[in-house]
Amino acid sequence: MIQRHHYILLALLLVLTAVSFLISFSSGSVDLGIGAVLRQLINPEPGLERQILFELRIPRSIAAFLTGGLLALSGVIMQVLLRNPLADPYILGISGGAAVAALASILLGFSGIWISNAAFCGALFSILIVFGLARSQNSWSATRLLLTGVVISAGWGAMINILLTTSANNSVYSMLFWLMGDLSQSSAGITSALVLLSGFLLMMMLATSLNVLTRGDLQAASLGVNVARLKLILYFSASVLTACAVTIAGSIGFVGLVIPHMLRLLGARDHRVLIPASILLGGSFLMIADSFARSIIAPQQLPVGVVTAIIGVPAFLLILRRTRPTLE
Amino acid sequence: MTSIHEYILETRAMDLSIAGRSLCKNLNLRITKGECIGVLGQNGTGKTTLLHTLLNFRQPQAGEVLLCGRPVSVWPRKELATTLGILFQNNSDDMPATVLETALLGRHPHLDSWQWESSADVALAQSALADMGIDSLAERDVTTLSGGERQRLAMATLLTQAPMLYLLDEPGNHLDIAFQSKSITLLRRQVIEKQLALCMATHDINLAARFCDQILLLMGDGKFLLGESHEILTPANLSKAYGCEIREVSYEGGRIFFSA
Repeated sequence: MIQRHHYILLALLLVLTAVSFLISFSSGSVDLGIGAVLRQLINPEPGLERQILFELRIPRSIAAFLTGGLLALSGVIMQVLLRNPLADPYILGISGGAAVAALASILLGFSGIWISNAAFCGALFSILIVFGLARSQNSWSATRLLLTGVVISAGWGAMINILLTTSANNSVYSMLFWLMGDLSQSSAGITSALVLLSGFLLMMMLATSLNVLTRGDLQAASLGVNVARLKLILYFSASVLTACAVTIAGSIGFVGLVIPHMLRLLGARDHRVLIPASILLGGSFLMIADSFARSIIAPQQLPVGVVTAIIGVPAFLLILRRTRPTLE
Repeated sequence: MTSIHEYILETRAMDLSIAGRSLCKNLNLRITKGECIGVLGQNGTGKTTLLHTLLNFRQPQAGEVLLCGRPVSVWPRKELATTLGILFQNNSDDMPATVLETALLGRHPHLDSWQWESSADVALAQSALADMGIDSLAERDVTTLSGGERQRLAMATLLTQAPMLYLLDEPGNHLDIAFQSKSITLLRRQVIEKQLALCMATHDINLAARFCDQILLLMGDGKFLLGESHEILTPANLSKAYGCEIREVSYEGGRIFFSA
């Protein structure tokens, strides 16, 4: 049931997204100012400002928005799939697989696009392992999937530690940045945009089924959902979205876990509203966090994953306190 | 009308077993319009399994289930859900949603995936909540409800789903005695007025005796008794089925069973 406050929420989020883009365009070690950004956007003049804006800022802002959107959407899906409010995009070990592959490629001296490719392959590998192991004869239960994912994650965690402790100092630094989530090296191409767009459209088509699935497998089946097929679609969609996000920016924590919850607390429980709202808020949130990451201690940069937690933790706790359900 | 369509649901020579244990053999159950049928039996005799088989959640070992003359296995899930609805024994409400939103999920099988619920759907959900006496809780989060309130909400969701055949698994769970009879009376009245049907699995013999026309009494070893309520519900049959002595007392217009 769509209500007026849903429209208001989505309209506000659209405004927030636009504002976040502008903030993200203007902030960095060279402060452009929103006025200058708007001038350049409307009527680009050749010069340093234009070069910074179009060659550095805009691609990075887009990468941040896409990563945030991918993670938030993946978080929504994982929370329904596992019917666990604590689920996040990384819970099934996808980021662990990506991290091991990325770190190994850093150790071997690769850089740039090769690290991303390695991360994507690592993520896919982990997706398939968990899928293969969690599937019993015919269907898989949320618990079995969750346990398999958590254990596989722990395994990847151990391998990450082995790589960190046995590597030379200079590569450890870039490894840590990768692990904390970092947008400074990232470029998000048209592929990521297409992945996000198709994920969005697919999930909007399934949104009512997702609403039903939150009430449990049996209830969903009795209300006409093909649960086994839906879960399969959800598992692979969330996995591909996460793999794509991890490939762009490493494992940025917090966005996928908290953004969907914030929106649920704000009244967007219906997935037809929650899905677009999560993408917009996730994208905006990560752009803002990234703006802080590159301007707080400019010209040095913080890993954006640190900033998402620093902003996100108090913001989430505040909303949680304010909307505490009234128990009798 | 041909004879096929007289039955909303029919099982033909159905064998059910679970983990190698036979629950019923050669069951020919027929549920006609306007009829209520009760499934009784000890714990673990397969009442829930039977309901799940009727819903095509699992296949019988032999025989088939026909819904409106068509094998239940060939019905598309969504279409099936417009005709067959179930109240589960346990509902899990651990993700946040309001009471009204949850009741509205009952409209899911009736709507296309891009379609929003109309005001008629919302009105239907609200009247179902009112029928179950929880309309004042419409905006409450389901995770804050008591057990009885959740059961009423599950019933309201089923009413909103508006199927032709209600399957109820332990409908009395968590409900106080007044509300048990109030809610089943309401369903019973709908079954008669709208020519629907109802099949309830319950451990409450008296609830079944009061509301059901037909009784299926599962013995637990693959044998069963099926027939008119007054024929099946006798102290002798019940004592045998439950493995303890069951007696009856009569009062004006009814009978009460109790274990001696």
